Amino acid sequence: MIRISSRVWSVWRRNWDAFLRTYRVNFIPPFVEPVLYLLALGFGLGTYIEAVDGIPYPVFIAPALVSISVMYSAFFECTYSSFVRMYYQKTFDAIIATPVSIDEVIAGEMLWGATRGMIYAALMLPVLLIFGVVAMPSSLLLIPFAYLAGLLFAGIAMCFTAITPSIDALNYPSFLFITPMFLFSGTFFPLDLLPQPIQYFALAALPLTHVVGVNRAITLAAFSPINLLNLAWIAVATVFFFILAIRLMRKRLIV
Amino acid sequence: MTLPGEGRQAKECCICTTPLTHQEAGTIGDIIVAHDLEKRFEDLIAVDSISFGVRKGEVFGFLGPNGAGKTTTMKMIQCISPKTGGTLEVFGMDVDTHQQEIKSRLGVVPQETNLDPDFSAYRNLLVYARYFGIPKREAERRAEELLSFMQLEEKRDVLIEKLSGGMKRRLIIARALINEPKLLILDEPTIGLDPQARHLIWERLRSLQAQGNTLVLTTHYLDEAERLCDRLVIMDHGKILVEGTPADLIREYAGNDVVEVERTEKVIARLDELGLNYDLAGDMLQVFTDRPNDVARDLLEVCRHEAAVTVRPATLEDVFLRLTGRSLRE
Repeated sequence: MIRISSRVWSVWRRNWDAFLRTYRVNFIPPFVEPVLYLLALGFGLGTYIEAVDGIPYPVFIAPALVSISVMYSAFFECTYSSFVRMYYQKTFDAIIATPVSIDEVIAGEMLWGATRGMIYAALMLPVLLIFGVVAMPSSLLLIPFAYLAGLLFAGIAMCFTAITPSIDALNYPSFLFITPMFLFSGTFFPLDLLPQPIQYFALAALPLTHVVGVNRAITLAAFSPINLLNLAWIAVATVFFFILAIRLMRKRLIV
Repeated sequence: MTLPGEGRQAKECCICTTPLTHQEAGTIGDIIVAHDLEKRFEDLIAVDSISFGVRKGEVFGFLGPNGAGKTTTMKMIQCISPKTGGTLEVFGMDVDTHQQEIKSRLGVVPQETNLDPDFSAYRNLLVYARYFGIPKREAERRAEELLSFMQLEEKRDVLIEKLSGGMKRRLIIARALINEPKLLILDEPTIGLDPQARHLIWERLRSLQAQGNTLVLTTHYLDEAERLCDRLVIMDHGKILVEGTPADLIREYAGNDVVEVERTEKVIARLDELGLNYDLAGDMLQVFTDRPNDVARDLLEVCRHEAAVTVRPATLEDVFLRLTGRSLRE
């Protein structure tokens, strides 16, 4: 049984306050990343690629850039950053000496990770608009959807944080899970170019595949029934990892 | 020559290492009541069926070597480590079922400095107040007040990493007071501090007690315990060995005075002849006695003033070392 009260927002606020204190450096990646990727891949490499399924290459990769940014920001926030707060700064210990429970601390961390993903999506949107690679107004949906996608990656991240023996061991999920997803989730080339078994694997086990699917529908303003499947997969996985993360963290921190 | 009265005192000292079979479990109305409290980990019993009571308004100390079970006991009182046996009530509420209520009325000074490095001293207090749901205006008022109470006004906007060890400890105490707790739990409040910082903290803790607060502390500094604690327990291997006021414990387990003398054959022979009990302390012998001057004079005569003999009042440290031994604990 997981009990979460409104106290969860005090944990969220702590991270928000810390984020604002260093906002200058935090705001650089969402502006710089899409510019670099669009120039290098979209308009550089992309000149050799006429179109993917009839879509100009920069337009094809734009939703992937948002998805990747949401994944990275939420995942790294709830792995390395949460681990630093938990293990090195003892921030969790300090908070659970107050009426805030460990469930609320972990939930607050994940809600914050999701928020960070959403902030990044919101900051990237104007850049993508300037490049003219996303449709409006449907692309405004990128922002709320980034919160859901962010919560999914935050939950997965927090599960790894709960079982990792050290901060170095967090490199395993980063390189063996996140990096392959970055490349093989229909991000820079369509999924159907891959052999069939790998396609099924990507749909079953790589969350980013579903996130890219939804985001691409949003930026192209072209929705299909498959997007409902994407959303259902994401919703179920989000709830599952959210609860699992709290349970694993309880096991780690309550001794 | 036998000194009158010495034999009895010596005998009393022999019982020191036997743990008390009877422990005071505390009575109704006490702020903390523990009965057969136990904390068992997979391969060890950290707290082995202890009973104690902490009365309202007193300073109660937990003493003991590393690994004695003090910090584990503190964590069970704070509701952050579940007990595995016995009963434990804080403010008359069960720690298993009323965690939120108990934690909202507690102030905690942890052993490890876990201030938030992302914020200034002042912001640390405000962020912490939010965890208690204290409204912003009220939190600001209390934060200013507490900074001045702990003499940290000048460090108000300084980041944690720029504070000295003593300032950090003071800020942690200020933070523990942000919810105006009636009970303060302090796990080694003055660890690693210089004498000035320790004296300031002692003085502040005493004034908190004078305001009617109850303080529970652990410490390795026996002078600190002797100064601050109204009552204390000495723990070892998860059990409470003794409980009482510092003065009573000293009188009972170390006597009033200690005669320290160099460890020579002649001295040992004379002490054995007198039937006096002594402890080995490196190359010194310690004789716990109520007749220090008589013993000292006698020993000086016997060794023809070749060995140094000093007389000093017995301290809590003597009690502690007699009860828990001199071997190192890791």
